[in-house]
Amino acid sequence: MIWQIELIILVMVVLFGIGALTTKDLLSAAILFGAYSFMLCLLWAIMGAVDVAFTEASVGAGISTVLFVSAVYRTTRSTDN
Amino acid sequence: MHEVLPFIISKINYFIYIILMMLGMYGIFMKKNYMKKIIGLNILQTSIILFFISIGAKNNATLPILELQNDHDANVAIQAVNYINPLPHVLMLTAIVVAVATLGVALAMVIKIYKDYKTIEEDKILFQTAEDTIENE
Amino acid sequence: MKITGLILLFSLGGLLFYGAIDFPSWGDPNSPASSHLSPYYIEHTMEDTSVPNVVTSILADYRGYDTMFETIVIFTAGIACIFLLRTFKSSIPESRMYRHIPTGITLRIEKGGKVPDHSDHFERIDSVWIPYDLVIRTTCRMVIPFIQVFAFYVIAHGHYSPGGGFQGGVILGASFVLFALGFNLRLAIRQMSEKITVFMCALGVFIYAGTGILCMVFKSNFLDYSALASLFATDPITARSYGILIVEIGVGIAVMGVMILLYYNLASGGKHKEGL
Repeated sequence: MIWQIELIILVMVVLFGIGALTTKDLLSAAILFGAYSFMLCLLWAIMGAVDVAFTEASVGAGISTVLFVSAVYRTTRSTDN
Repeated sequence: MHEVLPFIISKINYFIYIILMMLGMYGIFMKKNYMKKIIGLNILQTSIILFFISIGAKNNATLPILELQNDHDANVAIQAVNYINPLPHVLMLTAIVVAVATLGVALAMVIKIYKDYKTIEEDKILFQTAEDTIENE
Repeated sequence: MKITGLILLFSLGGLLFYGAIDFPSWGDPNSPASSHLSPYYIEHTMEDTSVPNVVTSILADYRGYDTMFETIVIFTAGIACIFLLRTFKSSIPESRMYRHIPTGITLRIEKGGKVPDHSDHFERIDSVWIPYDLVIRTTCRMVIPFIQVFAFYVIAHGHYSPGGGFQGGVILGASFVLFALGFNLRLAIRQMSEKITVFMCALGVFIYAGTGILCMVFKSNFLDYSALASLFATDPITARSYGILIVEIGVGIAVMGVMILLYYNLASGGKHKEGL
């Protein structure tokens, strides 16, 4: 394991997580959550869990982003907090 | 200082998992918006997955896919030290797919709530239900 | 309330940090998690099941009972989504929008009005109409077959490479979601109707549980695929490999159905008419 790369990805995971929770626009929160899932997928590929990385790439970054966006489309986009 | 840095590097995954878990719980506790609460739940769940994958990692080991043995070295036994622990991967693989199915149910509930109340902010919904009970009395 | 929550969070985080100091360090081969059960799996998977991918053999063979109930959980989630959202009768009078293709005029027909016939001159459109986009539609048309072939490869090749029923099923479902996004939801539902989708969810779970019961018919334990050796006309070890493949196909069908079902219900708000 190259710990420098993993450290960078871990920091980006935390940053994307904070961004998804704090942004006021729910659509961008959904997209940021997709980016968060993709960073986790990279992290698991580095740690040797290829099956989990594959699942996360197809499920977390693919389908769940679509579900979030369609739910935002059906409800409202802006929020107060 | 020379002892602290390798210690932190050897435990960095566990520290990040705790930070992510607290971030998810912050989303569940503090955010009033239901969509944000669901994002918080998902972050909490991925932090658990990060923890499980981290305890399965091994130094100087390769992926848990065995090399197909040829005829000439068929007697070479497979050493468990050379392969990453596959058991946490199996548990977490199913957990991710179950997570997206339950995410669908949660989002369906949010859409249903929006149809009834025209908002997905928790405090406004509580205010509306309080008004309804006052009118009924 | 807010301060109480923050205090709770920080105290819990502090406790967990204190506990994390005693964890085994990253990549320790002798950590408790990798020293009891998993060496058995790694060393015996070739002679037990002849599947090189240890994750697949554990998922569908050693822990097959667990995975069966995970599949049932996914199936239940899909059914719950229908029960929560699906509405069959709309209370508002429904008006339909049609577009006359040669002139580009949009017609709005109120309820009870005369609906134009199915012909090349009129096409039914959503109330929020997105103009015809050549690039998106052509790209979708070209990419979707490759995605589906890749999904079948992932399901079938899960024994030797990363992959399996869960991933392949999700990719297969994603191809239909891409079709619904690139064209429109009504066309996607016409291709892959709700009835077929629900049937597929149930069929996947049925294949999984049926394989287990078939093993019991051959006088063995539930989900012990080596009993199927006489059915496949092979030795018991290869029979376990075949059993894993059948189970993975079942998981793939169930997961694909649930993913499509979730998208249909969420994107249309339960009406199955106008989508994203």
